[in-house]
Amino acid sequence: MDQHVISVIVENKPGVLARVSSLFARRGFNIHSLAVGPTEDPKLSRMTVVVDGPAMEQIVKQLYKLVHTVKVTEHDRDNTVEREVMLLRVNAEPKRRSEIFDAAALFEARAVDVGASSIAFELTGDPRRLADFLELMRTYGIVSLVKSGRIAIAKDTKGTTRKRRLKTA
Amino acid sequence: MAEELSGAQALIKALEHEGVDIAFGVPGGAILPAYDPILDSSIRHILARHEQGAGHMASGYAHATGRVGVTIATSGPGATNLVTPLQDAYMDSIPLVAITGQVAMSSIGLDAFQEAHTWGISMPCTKHNYLVTDVNDIPDVIREAFHLAATGRPGPVLVDIPKDVLAAAMVWHRPGELDLPGYKPSIKGHPKQVRTAIDKIFDSIRPVIYAGGGIVRANASAELIRFAELIDAPVVTTLMARGVIPDSHPQTLGMPGMHGVYAATTAMQRSDLLIAIGARFDDRVTGDPSKFAPLAEVIHVDVDPAEIGKVRNADVPIVGDAKAVLEQLIVAAEAKASKRPLAGREEWYATVRGWQQSHPLAYEQDPDGPIQQQYVIEELHRLTGGDAIVVAGVGQHQMWASQFWKFEAPRTWINSGGLGTMGYAVPAAIGAKAGRPEATVFAIDGDGCFQMTSQELITAAVENIPVKIAVMNNHSLGMVKQWQRLFYGERYSATDLTDHTPDYVKLAEAMGCAGLRAETPDEVAPTLEKALAIDDRPVVVELRCDPDAMVFPMVPAGGSNDDVVMSEEEL
Repeated sequence: MDQHVISVIVENKPGVLARVSSLFARRGFNIHSLAVGPTEDPKLSRMTVVVDGPAMEQIVKQLYKLVHTVKVTEHDRDNTVEREVMLLRVNAEPKRRSEIFDAAALFEARAVDVGASSIAFELTGDPRRLADFLELMRTYGIVSLVKSGRIAIAKDTKGTTRKRRLKTA
Repeated sequence: MAEELSGAQALIKALEHEGVDIAFGVPGGAILPAYDPILDSSIRHILARHEQGAGHMASGYAHATGRVGVTIATSGPGATNLVTPLQDAYMDSIPLVAITGQVAMSSIGLDAFQEAHTWGISMPCTKHNYLVTDVNDIPDVIREAFHLAATGRPGPVLVDIPKDVLAAAMVWHRPGELDLPGYKPSIKGHPKQVRTAIDKIFDSIRPVIYAGGGIVRANASAELIRFAELIDAPVVTTLMARGVIPDSHPQTLGMPGMHGVYAATTAMQRSDLLIAIGARFDDRVTGDPSKFAPLAEVIHVDVDPAEIGKVRNADVPIVGDAKAVLEQLIVAAEAKASKRPLAGREEWYATVRGWQQSHPLAYEQDPDGPIQQQYVIEELHRLTGGDAIVVAGVGQHQMWASQFWKFEAPRTWINSGGLGTMGYAVPAAIGAKAGRPEATVFAIDGDGCFQMTSQELITAAVENIPVKIAVMNNHSLGMVKQWQRLFYGERYSATDLTDHTPDYVKLAEAMGCAGLRAETPDEVAPTLEKALAIDDRPVVVELRCDPDAMVFPMVPAGGSNDDVVMSEEEL
């Protein structure tokens, strides 16, 4: 099913996360991930929600019905920078360590903890890169996996679109 | 000079500022502080016997008057008993403000006595809700609550206030400017969409106006009638919109849908253009939505953008208040009419009139047989001259009332549409009568419904609110029984009330009301006349009705509206 990334700007009020998650539950919308944090304006928070499914118009409209929702934007995936943080612990017997470090270096994953029989890596990047790294690490055996949920910011495309329009005109 | 008040005093003062004249409630521990200043206020408090009753009374009041209904309850069970009226009001877009007490802030989360997570419980069944944690917020929160309840798409708003916040001291201040950056309901429709709508309307040869409850909420009855006449389109009125255009108006076809009038349902099915205004394509109207009005383009006017495209795609979406958009449509239609004529409607009206003649609403009252509910409704209409507010519960009696009463004005028909709340009629009638004491308020109730909330007649008697209740006693949960007869091989599981029926006359008298009974058709009119003559106390009229009667027309649940069934034989 299609994945959609939406940014929801909400008033920074108590319970607003509960309102959004309750809305998704009662309208039967499926949340893939949800990340919340402050914005440049202390009165506002931004939620980045990744949702599965086709009913985007309803989701956006229902979100707007919440009194504390100020703005909802669905991201155009081609013009959006998406990031996610992953913490991953893999089995690492001493004899396979150098091999694992080499693989991690390819992805610029950082070792954040090295134990007797396992290593924990941190990797930040777009979701596809995280998925590729995860796939590679599976061969060694994954002990535990933590993901932050996706955050997204729109690219500044003002200049580029104008140029494109001028060319085609 | 700054006026120092308790939170409770500030609450009551804020309610007075909102123009609240009546509040329906039940006190208790956590809300106790708020009940003290009520004694000194201009607000009339009506003590219900159950919080559900208080909530439905506030709803009936709001339905009948167009003002915000107010209900007050304590924490825990008081608040949880309000859940049904809140959800009921949410589904039917009724403006309510519910004030609930909460345990003291220091006890929240400790499973204190009569603690419930009212904010969380009420979130999905309110338009918005509050937990007030600072006494100084009370004036602004009450202002916001009334604003949210009454504007945009109206709905219930709950304000939960801990006992210590009610008891704390504050310096009174008038509420400031509303600070709701995320709440800006559209009023006017987009002018371009309005023009597109008018173009389609002028080209349409089989238009139908699909009038919903939103028109009642927006007080746009006069505008609807003017618009309908200008564009010469037949009008169907949903269960929530009965009376928004008079049933005597030649363009009115009546209620469409599951138990709707054949001509209304079928006109929508054959229409080339549905003009939906303040309606939400409810499943009781559409039947199987994939087979609903297959030939029609849709113009959809609604104040709530989320309703547009939710069930049925709109070819011309118009977000805005029904009254404001109808005014725009009228201006645009007048301008257009000066340039070109409407497409011919003669053939369409001839077809629709044919359906009205071939498939009328019908019943037979055998003078020696049991009383038919339709007959009671028609007799009551005759005896009152139709000048009454009719309130219904949920079930067969509700459908017959909506079919057979001839509604001539908005806000004369009060019922639970979306949620289908059995037991709604008695308390809603009390609320309506409290809000409009000059009107005759007659509830048409079923015996199943009546037994759910009849205790509120004590409230009516004590508070001198002389409502009249017709209990259509068919000794059964009639609508459920009808489905068992038609779809469950006549296996009547848990729908027979014969062995458990109270003596309604004695019950009425025990509650301080007059009790009357009609057992045969010839007793109906004289008994109703007696009921209408009593005005010093509530009246309960028990009518012993046919236990085997069924509501038709009928579209079986999930079926297509092309397959309207007029009788049991057709199934």
